[in-house]
Amino acid sequence: MEYSNLRRQTIFMKKNLFDQGFLDEQFNQLEELQDESSPNFVEEVVDLFFKDSSRLLTNIEQAIDKYPQDFYRLDSLVHQFKGSGSSIGALRVKNECSVFKAHCNDRSLEGCRRSFQKIKREHATLKQKLESYFQLLRQVGPREHAVSSRK
Amino acid sequence: MAAVATETQFHVLAVDDSLPDRKLIERLLKTSSFQVTTVDSGSKALEFLGLHDHEDSPISVHADQLDVAVNLIITDYCMPGMTGYELLKKIKESSYLRDIPVVIMSSENIPSRINRCLEEGADEFFLKPVRLSDMSKLKPHILKSRCKEHYQQEEEHLQSNNIISPTNENSGSISSSSHKRKAVVDGEILLHAIRPRHLETEGTRSEGLTDGLSGRYFRLLVGWAV
Repeated sequence: MEYSNLRRQTIFMKKNLFDQGFLDEQFNQLEELQDESSPNFVEEVVDLFFKDSSRLLTNIEQAIDKYPQDFYRLDSLVHQFKGSGSSIGALRVKNECSVFKAHCNDRSLEGCRRSFQKIKREHATLKQKLESYFQLLRQVGPREHAVSSRK
Repeated sequence: MAAVATETQFHVLAVDDSLPDRKLIERLLKTSSFQVTTVDSGSKALEFLGLHDHEDSPISVHADQLDVAVNLIITDYCMPGMTGYELLKKIKESSYLRDIPVVIMSSENIPSRINRCLEEGADEFFLKPVRLSDMSKLKPHILKSRCKEHYQQEEEHLQSNNIISPTNENSGSISSSSHKRKAVVDGEILLHAIRPRHLETEGTRSEGLTDGLSGRYFRLLVGWAV
């Protein structure tokens, strides 16, 4: 009873993440790559993304505050960030990175600053939501095996 | 299915500076039954392949080691230091590595970039994020290159033993001006262009075949494949 409730919650949570544009199809691709030989693959890749992205965000912040601005380097850093975000299906993060890159192209420091704040917010929100999602999944996980073994 | 396909696991060298991307490409490749080595830069890739920046041949030539080592290289385009394109160039400039198929990955769909890579000898271009369905495109390139490699070995063997052809076919002269070599894979004839600049350095190895010899070549390959 409790199990199917939890299971429903994870499905609902994931649907929300998609409906609200936090995640895109690429996240499904990741889930398809997960199996018995790599049972925590999705969470592992996502963890790597957040580990990597914290470093990138720090570098971007430093680059923004640097004078004179090096828009080429800024663009390159955000490009990296956008790339790994897109690999885990982080849609909102990816889109905001595109906005940032456009500001770099226009050499608009103010635009870059505003966009960067948004990127940080989206990044933090996604991190928190995925943490909750994986936590819930972990609760469901073991029971899934128990249920199937009873059949 | 040709007998070219063996039960051996093919080994892919994946190059990407992004940690999550490396994890992803590794998983994609392993799921597709490849053996995988990942490195985070072009220079590390060259090191792994036994090549150093200032050379085009390994210091210690262990041909067997190289044969076993890598069947395909898949690399990100945008990387700090050496880009994927620069890595591709170095691989294609090396007489020891140039026959290893190279696939470029990029998050940007820029036609001029794609064309440049293909012109430089890349076998395939994947748009990121790379998907499982892309993996099925890799094996044909590996098989094609192994087939070509085997043909080259056969040709060398025949020439070193002064054997013109197994059927004593009087098929005319080998023209060095021909820049096309035909490889047979799964019964299909595939065209594989040879970069002219290697003709001078490689001697008989790189001489092309005229159409008149294709019959002999096909018989050779069929003899080996069945």
